[in-house]
Amino acid sequence: MAKVEQRGTLSKSDLRDFYREMLLIRRFEEKVEERFRAGELAGFLHVAIGQEAVAVGVCRALEDGDIIMSTHRAHGHSLAKGTHPNEVMAELYGKAEGCSHGYGGSMHLYDVEHGNMGANAVVGGGLPQVTGAALAFKMRGEPRVAVAFFGDGATNTGAFHEALNMAQLWTVPAVFVLEDNKWAESTPESQHSPLRDLSKRAEAFGMYTVKVDGQDAEAVYKATRKALEHARSGKGPVFMHVDTYRLVGHYIGDPQIYRPKNEVRKLRETKDPLPLLRERLGLSDEEVQELETEVEEIVEASVEFAKSGTDPKPEDALKNVYA
Amino acid sequence: MPELSYREAVRDALTQAMRRDDDVFVMGEDIAEMGGSMGVTQGMLAEFGPERIRNTPISEIALAGAAVGAAMQGMRPVAEIMYEDFLTIATEQIVNQAAKHRYMSGGQLTVPVVFRTQGGAGWSPGAQHAQQLESWFVHIPGLKVVFASTPEDVRGLLWSSIYDDNPVVFFEHRTLYGLKEEVPEEIEPIPLGRARVHREGEDVTVIATGRLVHEALAAAAEAEKEGVSVEVVDPRTLQPLDENALVSSVKKTNRCVVAHEAVVRGGFGAEVAAVIQYQAFDWLDAPIERVGARFCPMPFAPVMEEWVVPHANDVLEAVYRTVGRGN
Repeated sequence: MAKVEQRGTLSKSDLRDFYREMLLIRRFEEKVEERFRAGELAGFLHVAIGQEAVAVGVCRALEDGDIIMSTHRAHGHSLAKGTHPNEVMAELYGKAEGCSHGYGGSMHLYDVEHGNMGANAVVGGGLPQVTGAALAFKMRGEPRVAVAFFGDGATNTGAFHEALNMAQLWTVPAVFVLEDNKWAESTPESQHSPLRDLSKRAEAFGMYTVKVDGQDAEAVYKATRKALEHARSGKGPVFMHVDTYRLVGHYIGDPQIYRPKNEVRKLRETKDPLPLLRERLGLSDEEVQELETEVEEIVEASVEFAKSGTDPKPEDALKNVYA
Repeated sequence: MPELSYREAVRDALTQAMRRDDDVFVMGEDIAEMGGSMGVTQGMLAEFGPERIRNTPISEIALAGAAVGAAMQGMRPVAEIMYEDFLTIATEQIVNQAAKHRYMSGGQLTVPVVFRTQGGAGWSPGAQHAQQLESWFVHIPGLKVVFASTPEDVRGLLWSSIYDDNPVVFFEHRTLYGLKEEVPEEIEPIPLGRARVHREGEDVTVIATGRLVHEALAAAAEAEKEGVSVEVVDPRTLQPLDENALVSSVKKTNRCVVAHEAVVRGGFGAEVAAVIQYQAFDWLDAPIERVGARFCPMPFAPVMEEWVVPHANDVLEAVYRTVGRGN
């Protein structure tokens, strides 16, 4: 993945690259939905349609050596952090070539070489570990930052409050990225939090807080650069409150009976990060078509790669239990 | 050979590992100035400073989880969970996270963390500070579980646990901290998964853990007076379990008693009994006896607490039942 040339400023070409990456995630997720409905994929699958700008904006801002921990909605984070689409798709097909070698699945995508310490299927479960990873970086004097992705639902867990309190207390280099998509599975924010502004929870620990429009990839990138600089310079952790939207159900097949029918339609018209960036860049139909073709080939190839992958032997289940 | 208490032996393993290796550090509640609720880390703050003898807020989830996160980045943290009852709060991080990162990543990660904790009856702290929960963790693939019963064992086993690349839940028994014995000058690491025969005998094998090792030894001394020869074996590591040592002892004696302070129902002794009956069925001359606490939360009143948990006499009675001399 090409690195953005000049940190903190983005050329049109950089943003076009962001658009391409977001488009790849979108088409990848749509393909996952399609193959799941075709009965080819096992497990519980959560796609990140609508939240692509957060994954790309944050991950493109990271330096080599920075690490992330992700959530059950992890495909976009993994792709944006540099895992090859083939390896992500192969994992969803349960193949040995998958990024977790078939041991993890959609909710447990890992790629340690690329700094992805794992997607966590316990809401809030990874947050204390991000504090701990950042503590390790601080104790060893390494200029690295640990980054947590989590949703608004996670801000109600004990793990969230304990992890953020500890991170601020010890001024560790961590960035806590709240992807506030306003829904904790089927429960709206109005039913799960007494606060409308969830960044107040981080402010209560004295944590430096940044708010950003999560449908704007450039804004996410810039906010992340700022957050990383703060954390890396020893000033302590940062809480990024990223306003975003889940333009699909919680899981593939979710009938969304809890959500007004026209909400998703309206959000798709006004809050879809892809058309927003396309318009901003003034991409022509030809340019978009060119990118669509390129991305489609990558996604199709990933399905081919996955389907022709190796099934683990059943008894491989007993490997990797202990080091 | 220096004489060390069980408490000093734990401290010695921690201190020597920390002198040897910058990646080893200790974190926990009240472990710095106070030296821990049991005084195990007393004096270590002065040598290693507050970064490596790290006091934490009362946040068992984050305490355990931060240790896991640091371990995933190559540190070797020792997280002290003040009372093993509080493991219940940290269990999400231990069971769902520490035990599974290596597996879920298909072998990409190692999690070399130790969760040190202590508990047990004897001081009447009541139902929330005196449980014995070791069997819970034996049930979780990916964890190793240690329960040390002597100063020499606790030192050598803790050393091996710190340098093991897997998460280890390390149980100490509160009433053993003052127990003293001579130990070698240099730490001798004890491999995880190797049982110790404390006393050889011919007639009955008692497989005991923690405090009950000492109760079993007292019972063995009594039984000897009555002409019953008792072998006492301490598995020391509950996972991995040294099945060969336990089974070969029972094949020799043909009788078996399992003894621990935890409640009998679902206790570690149930697992041991299953292993023995399956692998030594034809050698057994009597049903396997199980000794453990009665099935109630730990009561406060000292007379009740004393009655609920097993002592040497309970082990002795079980031994006698296996040789047909019981009541």
